[in-house]
Amino acid sequence: MTAYDQKPETPDDVEAGDAVHPGHPVTVDRYTLGARINHWITATSLVLLALSGMALFTPRLFFLTGLFGGGQWTRAIHPWIGVVLFFSFLILFVRFFRANLPAREDVDWVAHSADLLAGREEKMPEVGKYNAGQKFVFWSMSGLIIVLIASGVVMWDQYFYNLTTIEQKRIAILVHAVAAVCIICVWIIHVYAAIWVKGTIGAMTRGQVTGGWAWRHHRKWLRELVGKGNPRGPHAPAE
Amino acid sequence: MFPPIPNPSVSPDAAVQRFGEKDIMRRSASEVTPPAERLTEVAKLIDVTKCIGCKACQAACLEWNNLHEEIGFNHGVYTNPMDLTPDTFTLMRFTEWVNPETDNLEWLIRKDGCMHCEDPGCLKACPAPGAIVQYSNGIVDFQHENCIGCGYCIKGCPFNIPRISKVDHTAYKCTLCSDRVAVGQGPACQKACPTQAIVFGTKDEMKEWADFRIKDLKSRGFENAGLYDPQGVGGTHVMYVLHHADTPSIYAGLPDNPRISPIVDAWKGVTKYVGLAVMGFAAAAGFLHYVVAGPNKVSEEDEENAERLTEGKAPPPPEPTQGHTQHGSTP
Repeated sequence: MTAYDQKPETPDDVEAGDAVHPGHPVTVDRYTLGARINHWITATSLVLLALSGMALFTPRLFFLTGLFGGGQWTRAIHPWIGVVLFFSFLILFVRFFRANLPAREDVDWVAHSADLLAGREEKMPEVGKYNAGQKFVFWSMSGLIIVLIASGVVMWDQYFYNLTTIEQKRIAILVHAVAAVCIICVWIIHVYAAIWVKGTIGAMTRGQVTGGWAWRHHRKWLRELVGKGNPRGPHAPAE
Repeated sequence: MFPPIPNPSVSPDAAVQRFGEKDIMRRSASEVTPPAERLTEVAKLIDVTKCIGCKACQAACLEWNNLHEEIGFNHGVYTNPMDLTPDTFTLMRFTEWVNPETDNLEWLIRKDGCMHCEDPGCLKACPAPGAIVQYSNGIVDFQHENCIGCGYCIKGCPFNIPRISKVDHTAYKCTLCSDRVAVGQGPACQKACPTQAIVFGTKDEMKEWADFRIKDLKSRGFENAGLYDPQGVGGTHVMYVLHHADTPSIYAGLPDNPRISPIVDAWKGVTKYVGLAVMGFAAAAGFLHYVVAGPNKVSEEDEENAERLTEGKAPPPPEPTQGHTQHGSTP
């Protein structure tokens, strides 16, 4: 990783720790241990927030407050989990935003997204570390989390009651609910894609994918790694 | 004079609960079957024109409900404390108002507190089952053991009444002395009022009494005198007689046309149903796609191509030549 990290022409989508290990099969380091821990703290927070939030969103799901020790606990803990998520995602954002900047092939990818869903992947362009779908997930999460933390603070009566008017709190509560529905939908897309595309989850658990996975789904990124790094020797460990 | 409510009998036989669980008409975050027979609706009538601002009602409320308001500060006005609090369920609000028609200073004194709406915004906004109930006699009451302290009732209320206690993190407001009414008594504030500015009875009686009062006021030159029983919230079980009923807002911001905020309606209504439907649809779409399209698997050729690429041997062409060299989606 050091070999190409220092080069100013490192492509945007090659992140710290990304490296390819020749072999049979080829393995590719995709996420560092730090990135994975960061991701799973964020993921756990998001799931807990969704569960506690849904409990307060509709009476039919109020029973979910039982998971958090009752209604009072749910009310008290939900905003704090939100704070954890916000800062955890903030670090994740700094890690990932450069590789998620728009690229030329994104347009083509979006144009062919129906082919992808239909299983005609040969029609898809070569993409870098993230395809346009993943970038959509990244930027939607980023935007929605800002909306959620901002509206969340407005309705966090325990500490911030006096900062806003009741009318502003009403708007915040509606915005918070709508944004929460959106982020849960984005989360469903994210999780479904990870389940549908086999070999993906390992990237966030062990940190590695196979060369074939990278070749099939992120060929441009794989080419960059092979080209930039030293293809004949194993790279420094992911961390 | 409105005939005062007699003191209750001290006989144990008379200690019968006049209403309770079986008379719950609405329960927050729950579906209840309303009782087949509705109790006679009760109401408290606050005749602002008879109020002398003595605050006996405020003191009686503290006393009956065993509330202990913090010792506050004199802000140079009679209103004290300056706002409703978790310990102040009712508050005399004093307004110095110059009548533009007569150029006279009028001292408007309004006893603020829960209006016990027929269509209660607090109850509709509440997410906790049974934290707010409405009895069929019209009393809206908070059940503290079910309250989670979220403050949604504050957003639902068109009158800015409920307050969350910093001590037990539950919401407080006037109960219309449901415990007293349950044994045939009037609310403590009404009992303490020395001028009958507060009277209590059935809603019909109160309307009748208000008519009589309004006629009297009109005969004295208050041509805009009228009853405040806002229909935007289905009418209330606390009503005012106002000398200037055409402009309720001069009475320390009494809403002219109170109703549950359309934002709250949208949040508790369409957002809830559409939101759940959209999330359910997203999950179902994913499931269906998996069933129909099957998993997206890496093929042997993909692995071989990767090996050839890393070994620097005849790297495959950049453009795919057949169906195996593909790109796909990952999260």
